[in-house]
Amino acid sequence: MDLFLQNIVNALQWGSFYALIALGYSMVYSILMLFNFAHGDIFMVGAYIGFGIATALLGFAAMIGLPLPGWLILILTILFSMFFTSFVGMLIERIGYRPLREAPRASAAITGLMIGIILETGNLALLGARRLSFPALIESATYQFGGIFVTNKKILIVLVSLSLMYVLHLFIQKSKWGMAMRAMSFDFQAVPLMGVSINKIAPLTFAIGSALAAAAGILYGLAYPVLDPYMGVLLGWKAFVAAILGGRGSILGAALAGFLLGFIEIFVAWIFPSTLRDIIAYSIILLILTFRPHGFFGQAHSTQLRL
Amino acid sequence: MKRLLMVIVLGLIGAMVFSTNVWSLGRKTVIKIGINAPITGDIPKVGEGTKYAAQMWLADINKAGGIEVGGKKYPVELVIEDNEAKAESAVKANTKMITDDEVLFIVGPQSSKQAVPAGDVANNYETPMITPWSTNPDSTKDRPYVFRGCFLDPFQGPVLANFITEEFKFTKAAVLYDVASDYPKGLAEFFKQAWEKIHGAGSVVAFESFTTKDADFSSQLSKITKSGAQVLFTPQYYNEVALIVQQAHELGWKNPIVGSDSWGSAETVTLCGKDCYGQFFSTHYAAAGAKGETKAFIDRYQKEHGYVPDDVAALTWDSLRLVQKAIESSGKITGKIKKDRKAVRDALAKIKNFKGITGDMTFTEEGDPIKCAVIVRISDKGEYEFYKSVCPN
Repeated sequence: MDLFLQNIVNALQWGSFYALIALGYSMVYSILMLFNFAHGDIFMVGAYIGFGIATALLGFAAMIGLPLPGWLILILTILFSMFFTSFVGMLIERIGYRPLREAPRASAAITGLMIGIILETGNLALLGARRLSFPALIESATYQFGGIFVTNKKILIVLVSLSLMYVLHLFIQKSKWGMAMRAMSFDFQAVPLMGVSINKIAPLTFAIGSALAAAAGILYGLAYPVLDPYMGVLLGWKAFVAAILGGRGSILGAALAGFLLGFIEIFVAWIFPSTLRDIIAYSIILLILTFRPHGFFGQAHSTQLRL
Repeated sequence: MKRLLMVIVLGLIGAMVFSTNVWSLGRKTVIKIGINAPITGDIPKVGEGTKYAAQMWLADINKAGGIEVGGKKYPVELVIEDNEAKAESAVKANTKMITDDEVLFIVGPQSSKQAVPAGDVANNYETPMITPWSTNPDSTKDRPYVFRGCFLDPFQGPVLANFITEEFKFTKAAVLYDVASDYPKGLAEFFKQAWEKIHGAGSVVAFESFTTKDADFSSQLSKITKSGAQVLFTPQYYNEVALIVQQAHELGWKNPIVGSDSWGSAETVTLCGKDCYGQFFSTHYAAAGAKGETKAFIDRYQKEHGYVPDDVAALTWDSLRLVQKAIESSGKITGKIKKDRKAVRDALAKIKNFKGITGDMTFTEEGDPIKCAVIVRISDKGEYEFYKSVCPN
């Protein structure tokens, strides 16, 4: 029983990363009908930008002799990194995707792969293959409830992820920009005629997706403080699976499927020999897709951004 | 025209062959030692350590006026070739040193990736070679001319199983390893075998794995924590060590965590921080707390190059000293390179109880040394402290 509850806690943390990253895939898909395969690498860039900001803030605090509390540095790091990474996302949209908007979808998908490789190797050239250690901004504390161990980081990761998703939900449902995005996902040919420019909505979508990925990157740095240039590849692929599983273009689906993927991986590793984890976990997902080919919330040929 | 060209080329080749012959007849016999090292490429630090150790050794030889064989002193020359940390370049470097430079002995390459293919070349040309750092059994397997300066992967498993049993009197162990990487996978299995031999079947209460690039081990570690294991063995590389040890502590693991020589990088402590303090791993040598000749070597290296030598430098030093001893006891340098190579190989295979700075060595039939492993404890300051020397039974 302890182990069961412990693994729920573990899965909530692990699923948060999949969910946050899958959201970016889904949002871009709903607007442009393409999967941004560089998204996993944007997550990596977000983590590295966060590393730079955290290090700079720590250095600045030490220089002026004012000990800034760790939680403040963490909040600033998350906000700044989300801000800067959203520009990276917009830049990728401008340079990589906009020139190919009329091109066949396959070309645009390949573009994503290439941008991903450029980001990885660019980082490798800039900082070298040495792994970076993400600074521990908050003192790790472990709480014990019966036989279950929960750290303050785990609670923080899950809370921050859920609140970011809630803010995204509010933005899409309540704001004017959100409405424009929803309209665009219904019909991106008619909506521009109503005075909503795709050249504004597409960068905005990339910016939001990248900001979420950046937040995921920093939370990831807190939980798994070893950064390397290829950290986003596998995570990006798996989050992509979550986006498909949730239903292409469905925000709620992506978030739920992200958590589901985390639960499946963790529980399969618990119940079966861990060597077989990915075989069994992804066979289960294949099975789900066989019976629900459009995922949980997707519809055939649906391009709707729905919540 | 073609024929004329042919004649010219042949004539030139003839002249070259003739001239080198004349040249070599006229000079004194020099003992050439080839060094095959990754000076550039992925692991330049390994190449640097190799080069520095070799140059220090040469300085000693020059001071003594050469190597003494059969009452006569011969000068020594080093041929250092860069293998760029690539297998094919290491093969080329070996071929060049054997056929062009006519070296008597080759020291290197360091990593198994280069040592396994390069050892094949050396063995085919019947040129003795010693790889200081390669722990993969294939480097020396069925190759009478290839030796190594370190212990093998299958040896570390039993060493650690014995150490944990004697030191902590534990009977239940857990293992966490990367199933997609040869080194951890092999070592995890050797450890399990050895542990179950001592404590009986089922005494490894959790044998969990993950795949390369995974970062979350919470499910496996939760299982391990609840399995009743008294010790966790994880033969991983430094980036994974940091994640595993930290996550284990976050999931309530309070018992020791033990690793293998892959923990030996200085990066382990940089990435892992306080969580790794007090943990143990097995390795080739420990710089902190060294005594005698080992300390003399470390001090000298640090004085000349400004940092504490790692295991590669120490093993290279020992390998060169072994080569020196083999040459000295080979009886006679005839100047006929083939004959001399064989004599030196035979002499090296016969060396018993060689006192090296990384421990005493005696070679087996396969050219692998029987030597002790060092158990290192990561101190409360993050230094690698010598804890104990564990020898094969």
